[in-house]
Amino acid sequence: MVEETKSYRCRCIVKGSGSGEALVSREPMCFYLCDPLTGTVIEKNHPLQGKSLAGKVLVLRSGKGSSVVQVDGFYQLWAKGNLPAAIIVAEAEPVLVSSAVVVDAVMVDRLESDPFEVIEDGDWVEVDAVAETVRVTKRSSS
Amino acid sequence: MFLSDEEKRMLDGEMGQGVRKAMELLVALGKTFDAERLIPITRAHVALSGQEGDTYWCGLLADGGARCKVPPTTNPAWDVTNLSKRFEVTDSELDLALRTIEVYRKIGAQLTFCCTPGLSTNVPAFGEHVAFSESSATPYVNAVLGARSNRESSVSALAAAVLGKTPLYGLHLDANRKGQFLVQVEATLEDPYDWGLLGWFVGRFSGSRVPVFNFRTLARRPSPEALLYLGAELNTSGAVPMYHIAGLTPEALTLKEAFGKTPPDAELVVTEEDIRNQEEAISEQGGPINLVMLGCPHYSYGQIREIERLMKGRRVREGVAFWVLTSFEALELAARSGEKERLAALGVDLVADTCIDEPCWKSFEGGLGVTDSPKCAYYRERRGQPFVIRSLQKCIEAAILGEVR
Repeated sequence: MVEETKSYRCRCIVKGSGSGEALVSREPMCFYLCDPLTGTVIEKNHPLQGKSLAGKVLVLRSGKGSSVVQVDGFYQLWAKGNLPAAIIVAEAEPVLVSSAVVVDAVMVDRLESDPFEVIEDGDWVEVDAVAETVRVTKRSSS
Repeated sequence: MFLSDEEKRMLDGEMGQGVRKAMELLVALGKTFDAERLIPITRAHVALSGQEGDTYWCGLLADGGARCKVPPTTNPAWDVTNLSKRFEVTDSELDLALRTIEVYRKIGAQLTFCCTPGLSTNVPAFGEHVAFSESSATPYVNAVLGARSNRESSVSALAAAVLGKTPLYGLHLDANRKGQFLVQVEATLEDPYDWGLLGWFVGRFSGSRVPVFNFRTLARRPSPEALLYLGAELNTSGAVPMYHIAGLTPEALTLKEAFGKTPPDAELVVTEEDIRNQEEAISEQGGPINLVMLGCPHYSYGQIREIERLMKGRRVREGVAFWVLTSFEALELAARSGEKERLAALGVDLVADTCIDEPCWKSFEGGLGVTDSPKCAYYRERRGQPFVIRSLQKCIEAAILGEVR
């Protein structure tokens, strides 16, 4: 088993750092449609439906949904300790960014490589938003 | 993004933790959109919701010592004084509503609790840079008044109100205010309801682009309420904080002005049939109702008068509640002028400071409602009450019959 770690530059949106297993969503997300008690995505037909984002490094296309529900979604996850460890967003938008700032959810964007190409579910990802770096250790390759 | 020395000190927490958090939010937004700097705003409107997340944010800023440099007007939660006597709510729901009022008072907001600031309580002039959240208010101040606001969230609008600033991006810049696609309207629109249906129809198609409406014939100038409804629905089914109507709205005296160069061919043609089909597509079928709910966005005083005219002295059917949500100003005017008392005698209740999407309405859930607002139906459905969507005239006939036929 060979562990391969690569480091990528990124841009800080909300400062801080966090590490965890990667969870990748090529679709936008509304955080209101997560169960705050477990962090599990409950939105019907969402690619992450049934998976928990608590403690994960979430690689996310973008946000969706009205500002009121997105802010409350982040808040409820935060209040129950089930936020992702960090969020790497491909297409940042204002409601998603505002919601992350409210609860200090670590967030970066503009990864120097396409995050959907270089990160897959289960990889170990370390996000340092202050240093603006993302380290990706591929899970043991098959 | 460029920050002045003072702005940097705010970001470093020298002016307190509340100001620091507000600045963090504006800087994060500014970076996201490559804003070159912050600019001053002269007004703000915060779509407070009485949801935990929003109240938490206001409390975080206020408890961190922040006070609003530009006192924002505010959206409603619900009228705890009057409605807690009429409806059952839990202690925690009441507590949240009271905490919401307390933190917004503390931060120095204007507690207008009204979602139509552009009609009366907070009216920007042409060209003013402002930060207005609330999905119906943002397109109104941009498109109809010619003020400049991005599609703010309640939290970003509050941060802007605290600092008196907003990042320079999006609709604050001339280039981004131009039309992006042409909507040719063949349908004849009568009342605000029809304008709302047009908005819902086009919003589904728009995404976040700026539509330019061109009317074959416009029988008469739409009322401010009609334009408010157009924007409310555009910005609910889509994400449209700006639109133009050729020959009518202030940045679109001609089609050419609306687009900035040669107008494109129509991408969308809206017929009479499209409007009627839209109603059918989003409305529940008819049936017995337990609630008539009007005022999303808040009804104006003129609309209250229109209700009385259409009631023609008839009474609301027993077992049907009829609630009209309005602004404190319109309510006061209706109380002074007599409509409030006369409508109450017919079974029509007016209430201020209240949104449709609040726990005070839960006793009606499980039953069918009727409303003239697609936005109302959309949000109420999430709380377990389906709605029939009809014109004001038909809502009133349903109130009297006790059902939508």
